[in-house]
Amino acid sequence: MELITIILAIVALMLASFFAGRARSLRLVGGPRKILRLHSLPGYYGYFTALWCLLPASLLVMVWVYLEPRVIVALVMDGLPQAHQALSEGEVNLLLGNIINLATGDAISGNADAIMQAAAERFNQLTIDSRKILAVFAISVAALSAIVSWRRITPDFRARNRVEQIISAVLILASSIAILTTIGIVLSVLFEAIRFFREVSAIDFLFGLEWSPQTAIRSDQVGSSGSFGAVPLFTGTLLITAIAMIVAVPVGLMTAIYLSEYSSSRIRAVAKPLLEVLAGIPTVVYGFFAALTVAPAIRTMGESLGFAVASESALAAGLVMGIMIIPLVSSLSDDAINAVPSAMRDGALGLGSTLSETIKMVILPAALPGIVGGILLAVSRAIGETMIVVMAAGLAANLTANPFEAVTTVTVQIVTLLIGDQEFDSAKTLAAFALGLMLFVVTLALNVLGIQVVRKYREQYE
Amino acid sequence: MTDTIKSLSTHDKVLAGLGKRRRSERNFRVFGLMATAVGIIFLAVFFTTLVANGSSAFMQTFVVLEFEFSEDALAPSGQLDLEYADFDGLVRNAIRREFPEVTSRRDRRELSKIVSVGAAYHLRDLLRKDHSLLGSHIQLAVPTSSNVDMLMKDNISRTVDAAQRTLSDKQIAWVDELVASGKIHSKFNTALFTNGDSREPELAGIRGALVGSIYMLIVTIAISFPIGAAAAIYLEEFAPKNRWADLIEVNINNLAAVPSIVFGLLALAVFINWMGLPRSAPLVGGLALSLLTLPVIIIASRAAIKSVPPSIRDAALALGASRMQVVFHHVIPLALPGMLTGAIIGMSRALGESAPLLMIGMVAFIVDVPGSFTDPSTALPVQVYLWADSPERAFAERTSAAIIVLLVFLLLMNLSAVIMRKRIERKW
Repeated sequence: MELITIILAIVALMLASFFAGRARSLRLVGGPRKILRLHSLPGYYGYFTALWCLLPASLLVMVWVYLEPRVIVALVMDGLPQAHQALSEGEVNLLLGNIINLATGDAISGNADAIMQAAAERFNQLTIDSRKILAVFAISVAALSAIVSWRRITPDFRARNRVEQIISAVLILASSIAILTTIGIVLSVLFEAIRFFREVSAIDFLFGLEWSPQTAIRSDQVGSSGSFGAVPLFTGTLLITAIAMIVAVPVGLMTAIYLSEYSSSRIRAVAKPLLEVLAGIPTVVYGFFAALTVAPAIRTMGESLGFAVASESALAAGLVMGIMIIPLVSSLSDDAINAVPSAMRDGALGLGSTLSETIKMVILPAALPGIVGGILLAVSRAIGETMIVVMAAGLAANLTANPFEAVTTVTVQIVTLLIGDQEFDSAKTLAAFALGLMLFVVTLALNVLGIQVVRKYREQYE
Repeated sequence: MTDTIKSLSTHDKVLAGLGKRRRSERNFRVFGLMATAVGIIFLAVFFTTLVANGSSAFMQTFVVLEFEFSEDALAPSGQLDLEYADFDGLVRNAIRREFPEVTSRRDRRELSKIVSVGAAYHLRDLLRKDHSLLGSHIQLAVPTSSNVDMLMKDNISRTVDAAQRTLSDKQIAWVDELVASGKIHSKFNTALFTNGDSREPELAGIRGALVGSIYMLIVTIAISFPIGAAAAIYLEEFAPKNRWADLIEVNINNLAAVPSIVFGLLALAVFINWMGLPRSAPLVGGLALSLLTLPVIIIASRAAIKSVPPSIRDAALALGASRMQVVFHHVIPLALPGMLTGAIIGMSRALGESAPLLMIGMVAFIVDVPGSFTDPSTALPVQVYLWADSPERAFAERTSAAIIVLLVFLLLMNLSAVIMRKRIERKW
């Protein structure tokens, strides 16, 4: 029986129990005219029965679907002859993959022998059986819980409160997903990072100057001992971030000042949406532009001036990233500038200072905390930006501050280490999680700080 | 000297400095204007290069040839087997018939490179649909190889030394001959929208990526909108104002600023390694993106709920509604347009996101158009990334075209959000 049929059956039962519950409540008091004798509106009795029909059964289905493949695999493996059970873990996985492919009719590696055929048939049979059992179980649980809750309905039964309790629980559950996501990020990154630090010492990782993340297949291989010194990645990230900030902060700030203090409302009405378009362009598009238009342009320009520029220079990635961040800086600065009370502005203007003097000496100092908070958020955005650097910055882990050379960043390395089929126990893939941990911790600190500063400052003038 | 300074009145001092101050005022203003212009000029340059590079990809060069579905060539043993029949030979014969004077093996091989390898598949599909074609002659426009396509679009320069070109002098001469006889023409490139990915630029299309993106967005909206809306309702209407609510608030603001690649790491560790969901599947991509868009939707929905005036709540409460009834019967219907606008903006962010998808293996080279939520697939932005990496000149053109398609989708989504906000927005 297909899963979707089971779900449809449960939904049908749910609808039926809604009407049954509603009808029972009305019948108990003797029809719609006597509705005042009921504690809640009749619909709530229907909702109550329907929810009780749905919840236990859907919980059962979820748990079942999660456990099913594991149990079936275990049963199939148990059914194999002794010789097969003595195999190593890798061989068992290969065998299992073949059996499953055989069962679903996909291509398999090697020839299928009789034992595998039998196992595949057993696999298919178990899958069909499991769904049949689930159908019987789920539908009877749904029906049973609906009947039990249906029988609980009396005119005094506080159906509305019960239904509202359930909804309230669902709402709380939904809002805790955000917390669960954060916990999930921390745990998943942390566990893999700890496994990495068991193989490579944290000191080597944090302070090592050489990054060449390869793990040897044979022990006598050249460069067999990979080195995981992440300093070149940190400096590369900082270099590109710095270039981006040199572009984004002055331009974004001046844009905000010009649009909020100088420009006519007509110009503002055109320029603001255009800048928002800049914020809406996907980063992969910026990356494409950086790699195929900006980087060659910089290279040609550099060569005509007579110095060497790497084809994947930090400058190209940084410049384009800076452009990308302009809208973020300008909108946060705009907020900060607009939060300065107009009394301060009017006071300065009234004393005879020009508009630029007012801005430089009164508005900017007053708005500074908000602007700094915004810049912190922008830095965090630049550090975590991935696609632009993956496409426009290089892979070479150079320890340099020269913007015309190729550098690599933390995010680029995470992507390169995890793309492609990798085993999950090599230091190489685990290193990506260690880098992810660094990235998460640093951006978290910047974000929390930035958000706090921006918020506190906003309250100050309210 | 000192006497003159002393004798200056304040008014004179102000006048003396006025020129300098006015200049600095003007400079500051010009500087601001220039800063504003930087972003807009970039946007202009960006769109011009994009359209200049990408618009040609919407047209494709075709060559009209006469094909003979001869039984000798296709079914030498008397039995037609579509999988093994020599359709490549059919294409080779067709192009050779145009140039009977070409006899040497080397030249013939070069000659056959004018036509796309996709022509053979096209013929096979034709024959599969209509078996009666066997034994007949047909005139058919088939795509040329991407090099010829590039030549016709002036992306391969004829003046460059032949060794540096992907087409030889002879091939160019043949193409010119075909153009002169009117056999080469260009048409709208439907393959771009109907094909999956391919190693051959002239056969590569965005259909697979587009369908993958749509599957992902379905998963994303189905998960993130109900959860996001429910979370926003709880936080705005029911949550007690205590430290726990503060923690959730800080947490959501922070999640909105976490780098997207970290969500990819989470998806890899939790959904693929721990829960055992399939790699490269739109289901996992959609799950990752829904966690990513959740904070965006929660923040937008909270703003929408907050904008419903308290008088509505008070009136409902005064008439005896429970708090849950107030929220579900009055507040949510009024806040819904704002919440939906937030959802659309969240979706447009999800559509453009690619970094987390790289982590969960959606960068594989996948030819087939995905047919379900668990089929391996790519997404539109990831397709852009993959094509941008390909060295062929023809892929650069197609990358720009794919970007144009992506941007059109984003524009439509944002436009609908703006229109919806304008039309349903209420001023209280």
